[in-house]
Amino acid sequence: MTLSPDINRRQFIRTAALATGGLIIAFNVPAAGKRRRTGQEPAFAPNAFLQVGTDNSVTVILSHCEMGQGIWTTLCMLIAEELDANWKTLQAVHAPAAPAYFHTIYATQRTGGSSSLLSEFDRYRKAGATARQLLVQAAANRYKVAVQDCRTEDGMVIIGDKKIPYSDLAADAAALPTPADVPLKDPANWKIIGKRIKRMDTPAKITGKAIFGMDVQLPGMLTAMVARGPAPGAKVKGYEAAAAMAIPGVRQVVAIPGGVAVLADDFWAAKKGRETLQVDWDLGPGANMNSDALLKEFRERANKGGIAATNTGNPEEAFTRAAHIVEAEYYQPFLAHAPMEPLNCTVQLSADKCEIWTGTQTQTDDQRGAAEITGLPVEKIFINTLFLGGSFGRRNITRSDFVREAVEVAKASGKVVKTVWTREDDIKGGMYRPAFLHRFKVGLDAGGTPIAWKQISVGQSVMTGGPFEKLAVINGVDMFSIEGMQTAPHVKAVKDQRIEVNTPEWPVSVDNWRAVGLSHTIFAMESLSDEMAIAAGKDPVAYRRMLYKDEPRLVGVLNLAAEKSGWGAPLPKGHGRGVAVFEAVGSFVAIVAEVAVLNNTIHVNKVTCAIDCGIAVSPDGIISQTEGSIAFGISTALYSEITFRDGKVQQRNFYDYPMLRIHEMPQVAVFIVPSKEKPGGVGEASVGQMIPALTNAVYAATGKRIRHLPLRNQPLNGHLQDSKLMG
Amino acid sequence: MIQLTVNGKTYEVDAPADMPILWVLRDKLGLTGTKFGCGAAQCGACTIHLDGEAIRSCVAPVSRAVGKKIVTIEGLDDSLAKPLQEAWTEVDVPQCGYCQSGQIMAAAILLRDNAHPTDRDIDNAMTGNICRCGTYQRIRSAIHMAVTLKTSAAAVQP
Ligand code: FES
Ligand code: FES
Repeated sequence: MTLSPDINRRQFIRTAALATGGLIIAFNVPAAGKRRRTGQEPAFAPNAFLQVGTDNSVTVILSHCEMGQGIWTTLCMLIAEELDANWKTLQAVHAPAAPAYFHTIYATQRTGGSSSLLSEFDRYRKAGATARQLLVQAAANRYKVAVQDCRTEDGMVIIGDKKIPYSDLAADAAALPTPADVPLKDPANWKIIGKRIKRMDTPAKITGKAIFGMDVQLPGMLTAMVARGPAPGAKVKGYEAAAAMAIPGVRQVVAIPGGVAVLADDFWAAKKGRETLQVDWDLGPGANMNSDALLKEFRERANKGGIAATNTGNPEEAFTRAAHIVEAEYYQPFLAHAPMEPLNCTVQLSADKCEIWTGTQTQTDDQRGAAEITGLPVEKIFINTLFLGGSFGRRNITRSDFVREAVEVAKASGKVVKTVWTREDDIKGGMYRPAFLHRFKVGLDAGGTPIAWKQISVGQSVMTGGPFEKLAVINGVDMFSIEGMQTAPHVKAVKDQRIEVNTPEWPVSVDNWRAVGLSHTIFAMESLSDEMAIAAGKDPVAYRRMLYKDEPRLVGVLNLAAEKSGWGAPLPKGHGRGVAVFEAVGSFVAIVAEVAVLNNTIHVNKVTCAIDCGIAVSPDGIISQTEGSIAFGISTALYSEITFRDGKVQQRNFYDYPMLRIHEMPQVAVFIVPSKEKPGGVGEASVGQMIPALTNAVYAATGKRIRHLPLRNQPLNGHLQDSKLMG
Repeated sequence: MIQLTVNGKTYEVDAPADMPILWVLRDKLGLTGTKFGCGAAQCGACTIHLDGEAIRSCVAPVSRAVGKKIVTIEGLDDSLAKPLQEAWTEVDVPQCGYCQSGQIMAAAILLRDNAHPTDRDIDNAMTGNICRCGTYQRIRSAIHMAVTLKTSAAAVQP
């Protein structure tokens, strides 16, 4: 999918006055409001992006949610840059749910795909520039000077030696007509974009004051805990609530689609109530899910073949011309997201409206879900977006599972409720990254260039049934099942190729997980590139340089990561370096991992990453997200796996679904390639590369090729070899 | 009724003796700075101080706190909190922020007991605190910076 924002076609900017006298910069959606040019608006009209108050406040309204990725700060930087605002007076709030805040590409209010900045780069700068122009005009009018004689700095218009704060001008500015097409600053004059700016949400997050969905407390609110089916798709046959109701603090037990909810005064009573509740389940076909049998089924499907995503020339004939044949099969398991904050959602439902408080990435879908359940019109569903305690896609679920569930509980019980998931609920709760098997047969010419390519990828479709199905599922092939594979430069160049996709329909729910398809395709592709390099007798970095010779941005990050990591310098026995480079979410990332394998234990000592994400709006934010992605990738490679026995998920909590801990965190260095290209994604740009960089390093250290994840299931003993053999 | 001392204030709470301190703080007293991450002493998001010791409040029954002093992120003494919070801001540690109350509560005890922790000391003291966002490298450098801030603050004291 090529993504390009287009706000002009659907939205136009308008300005208005705050009831208190300040200036509002809003974007109107033609269908959603009257085409008035100015008018009085209540505070936070559901289309405002920026408000300049008469009280020295500048409020930025965020169409995207803050889940750790730093968008809270980045969007403020865009406005502050064009407005020449005083950074200290800036405040940010999450936007309500309304069409004005639709993602400029996705046309729904959604934070995902690492595309917030791409979506908002122009819109927020325009809001800032428009406000600035109006404030300057207001000052020029008041002091009877030309606008050219005014300049702006630090939240003030400056005329000669006069300094007029924006707050003094906001009311006048609001009365002026909305200017058309305000020019944006020349990047050469940027003072904030591209600089290190400290995050605006840090003070609240280090004092316990930041309010996450979990922290919402309303008068009369009960905590609800839902007993959900033990196997995917299980249904309630019947339940016995008496024992649960006998627990002090338990108030009500109600059945909802897919489960039974226990409502209580607090978490502890609800949890005890749910433990005592007896539910009789009809397990359904999900009870047949068994991880032991799964790999066999994957292989049978791979043998059977699938639908062709690409089919050109004659690969079989081309194999006969190949100097080397590389065959490999890579398997990766189901994965849970495990955000630090377990899921939760608070709902207050009355006859004429439904108000929701939660951390969510999908306000429009949530509204639609709540409207379906309550029968209320979408405009009567109000969503208060709170800080998300991590997400990694778990709160970007097309079916809005946890929001719908909470609305069901509110409807069935007639109470104000907060549903709270335990960690066990979260780990067992589905919406997983699908397990995938990718099998390849590649023919290389004498120099190592692929000339014949056969591939089959087996795994469930993430996009089927969701809003992007039409775009993403083409002739029965979910493009996210092979994300980045058929479009990789060295694959596109192969004339004789056939890439097939086999899509099982299993009862396990699968959905967006950080980097989506790339979370598994890059592992397969970059492990394979390593195997091809070895087959061709080439150094892994030199080999990739050759493969990507016509892709300057890929080669750029590859060379930078290789240089900064000391690629090629000798390492002690049992140590090794591995590399991976790939394009992801519009950015280009190369990672070199350095590991030591000692006594069958892998130590990731050092990770060097080079990223080219276009214009680096918030460099420290990019570094921080990339450090986090590296930790996330290492967790995934070493530990993460969801398995089933008779339909039941076997993992429960962090003791059997472990996370990387501080003593395992390598020394990480991230380097940003300067660029003038449009902003690429960052939050999902490096997770995929980290995994094969690590396993390729394990190969370099031990000679053991890792084709199945996670690594903790792979015995490594007896494979140590002199790592100097391998770059 | 159970009598509790939290952040220097005394409270009477009506809670069963086995209710974890975490849920007394969050659901009964409205002190939501202490977080729920796992409920199984695995992640450290719920770290508080009980009589000056860092404990996992999600598995500590409220009966254990009777006659003792509870300190949460909301009431952490300035002498411990200030250098850490300054360093955390300077380094820009948090991402989602959900684990950070627990990280700071754990780091506070480390620095109280060890004026100059090495990387290994930090790893040992902080390994019970998961950060799913992966802010570990910044936590390490922020703790080192807090040491410097503390030392320089002590130096200017009369
Ligand atoms: S919530 Fe207590 S250790 Fe995780
Ligand atoms: S900052 Fe998100 S879990 Fe640590």
